[in-house]
Formats: sequence, C-alpha cells, structure tokens
Amino acid sequence: MNNQDQIPRPAPIVDESSQPFFDAAADAVLLLQRCNLCQAYLWPLREVCTECLSTDLSWAPATGNGSVHSFVIMHRLFHPAFQEDVPYNLTVVELDEGPRVTSIIKGISNEEIRVGMRVSANWHDVNGTPLLHFEAS
Amino acid sequence: MQYSAAFNPSGGAAIVGLGMTEMTREYSYSATGLAGIAVKRALDDAGLKKEDIDGLFINAGVTNSISTPLQTSLGFRDLKLLNHMNAAGSTAGQMVQFASLAIQAGMASHVVCVFADDPLKPGTSAGAAYGGISNRSTGMASLPASYGFFSGANTSYALAARRHMGLYGTTQDQLGAVAVSTRAWATMNPAAMQQKPMTLDDYHGSRWIVEPFHLLDCTLVSNGAVAVIVTASDRARDLQQPPVYIAGMGQGHPGNPRQAGYENEVNTGARIARDTAYSMAGVGPNDIDIRELYDCYTYTTLVTLEDYGFCEKGEGGAFVEDGKLGPGGSHPTNTGGGQLSGYYMWGMTPVSEAVIQTRGQGGERQVQKRDHVLVSTQGGILDWHSTLILSPNADAGTRN
Repeated sequence: MNNQDQIPRPAPIVDESSQPFFDAAADAVLLLQRCNLCQAYLWPLREVCTECLSTDLSWAPATGNGSVHSFVIMHRLFHPAFQEDVPYNLTVVELDEGPRVTSIIKGISNEEIRVGMRVSANWHDVNGTPLLHFEAS
Repeated sequence: MQYSAAFNPSGGAAIVGLGMTEMTREYSYSATGLAGIAVKRALDDAGLKKEDIDGLFINAGVTNSISTPLQTSLGFRDLKLLNHMNAAGSTAGQMVQFASLAIQAGMASHVVCVFADDPLKPGTSAGAAYGGISNRSTGMASLPASYGFFSGANTSYALAARRHMGLYGTTQDQLGAVAVSTRAWATMNPAAMQQKPMTLDDYHGSRWIVEPFHLLDCTLVSNGAVAVIVTASDRARDLQQPPVYIAGMGQGHPGNPRQAGYENEVNTGARIARDTAYSMAGVGPNDIDIRELYDCYTYTTLVTLEDYGFCEKGEGGAFVEDGKLGPGGSHPTNTGGGQLSGYYMWGMTPVSEAVIQTRGQGGERQVQKRDHVLVSTQGGILDWHSTLILSPNADAGTRN
C-alpha cells in the first residue's frame, strides 16, 4: 500500500450508475448487470442489452469464478503511483457468467499466469474504495 | 456467393492518382496543409486538374483535425459527393469502395480520397499522441486506470496477441519474423521512415512496450498525408498513369461485446470481408500475388494472413517464421515496409503501396508478378475491416 510520500493510486470514481456495484463490493460481492428479459449478463455498464436490445436491466450477483482470457505485462511506468508495481500484469478474465472483465491477478508471479487458467474474484482496498482482483483458484 | 454480372461495380473503377507527402516525425504543416500537399501531388500524378474533381472523401487520423470543411480549405467548388468517414484504420479502403460505387452509380466522376494526420507536434511523444492518459472517466469506466491500464491501443493489441499465443502456441520469435521481413522491404523504399536493416536479435533487444510487444512489434508514428483519386475505368485509360483497377472489394465488422462466445482477438473482420472481395474478383488466396496488410503491430499481419486464408487459423506463426513474407519469399507482404517500418498513414499505408506495386513502379522492391494485389485495412482493436483487390488488368473482376 501507499505510504504518505507516495502519489496515491487512481482509485475508482464511484458515480450514481456504479453505486450499486461498489456498495456490493464493500461486502465482497461481485455484481454484474443482467438483462431481465433474456437473462444475459452484461459488462461493462450498458443501457441496452447487447443480446436482445431490452432496456430492462438490473444487478445480479456473480460467482466470481472464471478463467484467464488473456493478459499482458506492463513494463513501462505510465503513472507514478505504479512505480513499485512495474512490471505488473493486466488480465482479462472471462467470468463463468459470460462477461469478460479487465482486472489484475494477485498472489502469483507474472510468469505463472497462463491463458485459460482458473481464477476467482477477491477484493483489495485502494484509498478506501474496494477494487476487484483475481487469484488463482 | 457469386456476384451478379449485371451490376458489377468492381469492374468499372480504377485508382488513377496517388499523392504522398514526405513521411516524417517533424512537424511542418497541419493536417489541413498536409492534405493539400497530398491532393496536389495526386492531381499532378493523374494528370488531372482541380476542376475535374467532383467528389471528396476525408479520413482524419488520431488528431481528428480535418473534416468536411477541408473542401473549403482546399477550394473545391460544386462537389457532387463529400463526406468525412470514420471507421478508423479501415476507412481508407472504404473511401475507395464508396467512391467506386458512387462513380458506377453516376453520382460523381473523379473522387479524391485523402487521409492526413499530424500527431507529432513539438514536445509531444508518439506515446502521448496515441496512448496518453486522458481525463479520468467515472464509474465503471474509471476502473481501467485503477489497474494501471494505460497505453490503450498497444495494450489492447497486446492482449489480442497473447490470446493467440495462448491458444495456438505462437511465439515471440514468430512475431519477430514479421518485424524482420517487413524491415527488409523498407530498406528498399526511399519513402520508408526506418530503412536500416534489422535482425531478430535487434528485435529481441528492443525494449518492451507492453509484453508481449517489443518496440519493434509496434508501428512507428508519422506526420503526413496520402491522397488517391478514383475514376471510371473507361476514363482511367485516358490518363497518364497505368490504371489500377478495383477488381474486388468487401467489408467485415464482427462486433465485439467482449463476452464468452466471441474470439475476436484471433478472428478479424477479414474473415467476412474476404468472401465478398474474393467472390467479386473471382479469385482466391492462391491467386493473390502481393499482400499489403494493415500492420499496426506484427501480430496484426500474422492474424490477418490467417483470416485471408493464406494459412489455417492458428498456423500464422509457423507460416511467417521462415521469412516467406520478405523479399524473394513466396508470399511478398507489406512490400514498402508497411506501418511497422514504412510510414503510419492508417489504411492509406497499404493502399498507397498497393497502387505503387500494381502499377509496377516499386523500383528495387517491385514484385514481378502483380496480377492481383490484396489490400487489407483494419480499424479499432480488430473491430472494422475493409478489403480491396487491385489489378493492372482491365478484365480482372469481370470474369464472373
């Protein structure tokens, strides 16, 4: 975590539309948008279901389980808050519900990440806001 | 699918003018000025006067600093056709396609298609121009920055490449082979921005941008402009350059909601566009002599070769590894150095080199057999695609 001398990480900026997501995240629950008509899970936030064009959308809890769709390693420092993280991974996880979420893998080295490996959701704190990450299952 | 002979736009239009500015990292003119220079050179190349032009299609680059007002900036009067088109890197091919269709429909006679961009300004790096940290989004859209997701296009294409590597075992050496063969062509192109020979060791030694991409996996960035002029085939034969006939064309836009069931990272719009274009031209991949492929990254070349049917899905790595894309190889590809080593004019990079090769004006790098030249233009993160098949032969594309 950051100490006082470091530049703070860019925490998520909670707004009205994302408030339910972050409220659930505070209880370590991963919510996904879901279409009430065709039951498709959606990510990121949509106004219209990409499967059936319904606007009748709500939030539903997800298992948090999925597999690594792809990942990259960031070697360059684009923001000073990531100084101690370089090189860090960015990982796209395909949740078992369907949506693909861009996140990070924690708990294993970058060299251990593989396309297709099973992972599950967990949460960490960034300046008081819960942020989703994944760990090897 | 067979294309009807009764309505065959592919047989009836040709590219008759090509104008290019110098391709540079220096800032000289704005995109508007660069566009004007390229248009003037295209007119002179074709032997046409400004007054002959009655259609103008415009594609702005990343700076998005030209649009329909370019007509007035360049003093074009009484146009019958005008638009600013934006399907990112796929637009250049699309402009030529819509120009061809409009000419066949009698809506215009001589159409200029121009791309211009000036991303490199004093004190601005290429990375800032293309992947800078913009104002923070809010809500769910604020998450990427919280993870350190920066350098957008580089990162997104690197994710696509890693998916291919994970599914098919594609290697870093194979990506490097594309960089090396593309550079080998650039050494013979006086217009290329990188003409120094490159080895696979040079490739591996270049710094990481976003792993699995080294610096030499990524396009360079250019200030410049390219214009082409499209007219009817009958008219083309009266002009001063060898006509570049448009034998086939197609588009493919897969759509990617980024969820299970979509493998867009390893399947581009070329898989859709190719069928339309091959059918219209009456050819298949074995008939293509020269490939000019959008190569914003080495991986883009590799996956695009698969999607045009030059090899099977997943075999692109093994296909490129022996150097067959390079000079003297069996599958000449990106013969001007592409975007990786030549110049980054979005879709106009492959279009311009295809015109040069189809005419037989490639000088030292000219490929001898040039009956069918494939142009692939690609936009977004493998989101939008357009295809042209060009030929020096007037009867190409009319046999079906």
